[in-house]
Amino acid sequence: MIVQSLAFYLFAAILVASAVMVIAARNPVHSVLFLILAFFNAAGLFVLIGAEFVAMILVIVYVGAVAVLFLFVVMMLDINFRELRSGALQYLPVGITVGLVLLVELALVLGTWVIVPDLAAVSGAPTPAPDQINNTHALGLLIYTHYAYLFQAAGLILLIAMIGAIVLTLRSREGVRRQNISAQVSRRRDQVVAIRKVPTRGGV
Amino acid sequence: MTEFPVLTPALPEIFMALSAITLLMLGVFRGDGDTRLISYLTVGVEVVAAVLVLTGSGVREVTFSNLFVMDSFGAFMKVLVLMGSALSVLVSINYIEREQMKRIEFPVLMLLATLGMMMMVSANDLISLYVGLELQSLALYVLAAFRRDHAKSSEAGLKYFVLGALSSGMLLYGASLVYGFAGTTNFSVLADLFAGHGQQAGHTSIGLIAGLTFVAAGLAFKISAVPFHMWTPDVYEGAPTPVTAFFAVAPKVAAIALFVRLLIEPFGSMVDQWRQIIYFTALASMVLGSFAAIGQTNIKRLMAYSSIGHIGFALVGLAAGTELGVRGVMFYMAIYIFMNIGTFGIILCMRQNGRMVEEITDLAGLSKTHPMLALAMLIFMFSMAGIPPAAGFFAKLFVFQAAIQAHLYSLAILGVLASVVGAFYYLRIIKVMYFDEPVEPLDRNISGEMTLVIAGTSLFTLLFFFFPSPLLNGAAAAAASLFAG
Repeated sequence: MIVQSLAFYLFAAILVASAVMVIAARNPVHSVLFLILAFFNAAGLFVLIGAEFVAMILVIVYVGAVAVLFLFVVMMLDINFRELRSGALQYLPVGITVGLVLLVELALVLGTWVIVPDLAAVSGAPTPAPDQINNTHALGLLIYTHYAYLFQAAGLILLIAMIGAIVLTLRSREGVRRQNISAQVSRRRDQVVAIRKVPTRGGV
Repeated sequence: MTEFPVLTPALPEIFMALSAITLLMLGVFRGDGDTRLISYLTVGVEVVAAVLVLTGSGVREVTFSNLFVMDSFGAFMKVLVLMGSALSVLVSINYIEREQMKRIEFPVLMLLATLGMMMMVSANDLISLYVGLELQSLALYVLAAFRRDHAKSSEAGLKYFVLGALSSGMLLYGASLVYGFAGTTNFSVLADLFAGHGQQAGHTSIGLIAGLTFVAAGLAFKISAVPFHMWTPDVYEGAPTPVTAFFAVAPKVAAIALFVRLLIEPFGSMVDQWRQIIYFTALASMVLGSFAAIGQTNIKRLMAYSSIGHIGFALVGLAAGTELGVRGVMFYMAIYIFMNIGTFGIILCMRQNGRMVEEITDLAGLSKTHPMLALAMLIFMFSMAGIPPAAGFFAKLFVFQAAIQAHLYSLAILGVLASVVGAFYYLRIIKVMYFDEPVEPLDRNISGEMTLVIAGTSLFTLLFFFFPSPLLNGAAAAAASLFAG
């Protein structure tokens, strides 16, 4: 138990610290690296509560794809981050006010929270005991049976995202040299190699 | 193990999904030259889907583990959505060829967006609600920015995307609060739960009401009701005109259907809590739609404010929260589709020397240069203003009747006053068309599809009062099915 608590505080402390560093670091590349550190620690927290599937997805999707994408954007786009950040302090009071209002609202909501009495009877898919089945297996059993409709619909959404990206960005440019494999393969030797008689001491 | 789900209730959706993928493949192999063919096929697919919807059993069926519901309310709304979408595709065909937007993805994205709307109408769970909504919205964001070389179109797409993402966030936050209270996201279970416990003191927790409010705010954005309307004029103005026509009809009908189902089915027993929200949104939308439109000079912006106003009138029926009110909403949306598609058809005909024009003053003297077009516009404007005997009058009549019966006298009176103010700018268009001198005549070549759409919708709007019973009976039966369940 004590090891778990220690691990929790370790992960949580590093998570919060690196999250602060994401917005505080001067160098945007450092910000992204701190973001990756934050993701790893959040994954650690998920492992602690027994949600190993979510932890792995977090590492694969967020660290593997999203953070690397951010890194690309930061490095490829020539954005003057210092200039962007120069006005940040003047938004601080407004930001804090909005945050406080949200906090008070949440406190109001949670303070009067009433869970419906017969919760177990109504919940659609009760959580199985973690010692009987592992996360991935349990999710698979639900996604492909109970939620097959949503799974298919999510597939369609991704299809639209793909079509949209192609529609909005693909353009055929003039003067771009592309690979034409059939033309390349069907070239014959006599079309491209010329044999010249080189006279002695004459050069080509 | 769960058994294989019954597919028949979702047959139109499955057919549309498969056809969309097939049409996409066909388009990719045939190239952009065949966009016209793909557009006609898209219309065909939507007609077949509408037939499939209509040949459904008509009794309430749920499938896919209760995630999907099909009843006559859904059937009515789906036919409206399909009609609006098919007409928008028809009016877009010539436009996208003229304006160098001829790409096969255009009709395919419209079809996929329509599929998302059908799924919204049939949602029986907060998750399927969200998934359908995103399917629809994502396709619409792309359509808004479809003219990527134009700054305004890109701006419209980006604005719609950012604000749409924000509203989806609100909706999800609300849904998570509801789930936190109830432990389920299924509409039927939620309805039983709230009916059982909602009335007892202490069970209608603040958390649940906060959740309901957030969900309602997210949906109010999708139907562009005040105070979540800010994106509408900019997006309507910037998006390509056929896309604007599509925005103005199909997604609104689907989102209103979703709104009605959500508030009547799961939250039906909490009518006292949500009536205040709908009351305010309806009133604010009617008033803002009427007053803000007065100063507009661009006709697409004017139509944006007009659609905000119309949504306000439709919401009056929902605020009543009765079967009569829901019938009024459905009836209003049906009439609204015809008026709007027809008006946008005329806006699409507004060209001078092959160039699109969008100012209201460009319509000057239309009665002399294009008498038939001016007559059609006259009918639509009278209908939108709610002047009898045009169809729009009956639409307004039924929602206000429902409001009176639910004792919402103040809402009905203020609504009628707002519609009087709104009549001003509709009549101004008529004045410009009939009494101003023509400056530069509009082009004459109007395509066959466009003539058909404008003539059909204007005849429907004008002659509706001779045979109102099919539509009225359909709406009544559909509204009854919502309250029976």
